[in-house]
Amino acid sequence: MPKIKMPVKTPHVDMTPMVDLFALLLTFFMLTTSFRPQEAAIIDTPNSVSDKQAPDKNIMTIFIDSIGHVYFNIDNGKDSSKHYRKDILLEMAENYNLKFSEKQVNKFATLSSFGLPIKDMSKWLNSDDPKEKERLQKNGIPTDSAEGRPSELWYWINVSRVKNVDSEVAIKGAASADYKIVKKVIDILQENKVNKFNLVTNLQKEEVSLNDIK
Amino acid sequence: MGEIIQEESGKKGSKTKAKKQSTHIDMTPMVDLMCLLITFFMLTTAFSKPKVMVITMPEPPDKNDTAKSQIKIPEFRTINILISGDNKLYWYTGSLDSKTGPVTPVTKTNYSKDGLRKILLEKNKDVFTQIEELKDKVKKGVLVMADSTVNNKIKEIKKGDKKGPIILIKAGDGAKYRNIVDIVDEMAICNIGSYAIVDMSPKELEIIKTAP
Repeated sequence: MPKIKMPVKTPHVDMTPMVDLFALLLTFFMLTTSFRPQEAAIIDTPNSVSDKQAPDKNIMTIFIDSIGHVYFNIDNGKDSSKHYRKDILLEMAENYNLKFSEKQVNKFATLSSFGLPIKDMSKWLNSDDPKEKERLQKNGIPTDSAEGRPSELWYWINVSRVKNVDSEVAIKGAASADYKIVKKVIDILQENKVNKFNLVTNLQKEEVSLNDIK
Repeated sequence: MGEIIQEESGKKGSKTKAKKQSTHIDMTPMVDLMCLLITFFMLTTAFSKPKVMVITMPEPPDKNDTAKSQIKIPEFRTINILISGDNKLYWYTGSLDSKTGPVTPVTKTNYSKDGLRKILLEKNKDVFTQIEELKDKVKKGVLVMADSTVNNKIKEIKKGDKKGPIILIKAGDGAKYRNIVDIVDEMAICNIGSYAIVDMSPKELEIIKTAP
């Protein structure tokens, strides 16, 4: 018997619509993306009903993790014409009689949050080893006043406020952090005449209606 | 998935026609690349901007003028909320330092819907009803207002209130940050206009230490 030969089909799929779709998605993501900044510590924030958006520029954020270490970040938003971070670091260096090279200052400008004593800052900026960086940041920014002068956190806040008068303060605290430490940070802020803060929270809806009071 | 390009035989008639090329381009590498890029952007993108809750702390009293910072508030209006460790919560009205003692004694309550919220809603009934009615009207379209106008109206109602409670939030030893945020949040839920986070007095610390 003669064998029936099946016609060999080319295994070809028309990919044009798929490519179209991908191109659209890609454009969408590229345009809407705002990168999640790398943070020095993972912080699980408490819930609240507030749906106010956090300001995205001129903001200094104080992070408090669950074991009470304090980290700090200054964010100018997307406007790259302002170089507050550089100014702030240079001013801090002056306060503590330290010297930073231009390369270090430029690197600091590109980084995000940090939590270490200023004396280790130079080492931290030079290091490229993530483990070494983590080790340097294990204690956070000192919040205790030492040698008769205010704490380092006080200086960071003070200098940031002087260099950028528009800056607002956000506190991103872990839900399980002790209130004592938060209180300490708030006290330092109030010493700097900051009485209004943004507490970063997760949105959680809570419905209360008129029926609840009847 | 390499594609087999089929060549057309250009031998129609004797004229040498320009070779017809297939218009298909192999798009597989391009699709691969796009897939990768999309995955990258999807994973790194932060869609939901963080939400914030704004709190204003009372200005620390100036040491030079003690007289000015002393504002008299009627005792029956002040509700003290005492936050203790282990998620314990107490409240009382009035002041512990007054001669007649507090208006209502220190009572235990909790963070649940039937705990503190019930107390606060009861005390803040007038303002809460006014604000909810206003919101309801806007929602149903009886009143047409911009969001900012509504917010201003709500602020006005809160400010014009002369009978509602004034809440003092006091955190003691062992209180967690979550507790404070929960209580301040409760103020927002119950539409309470005036509240402040203040320090606990030694007397109150003593009470919550021995309270059940």
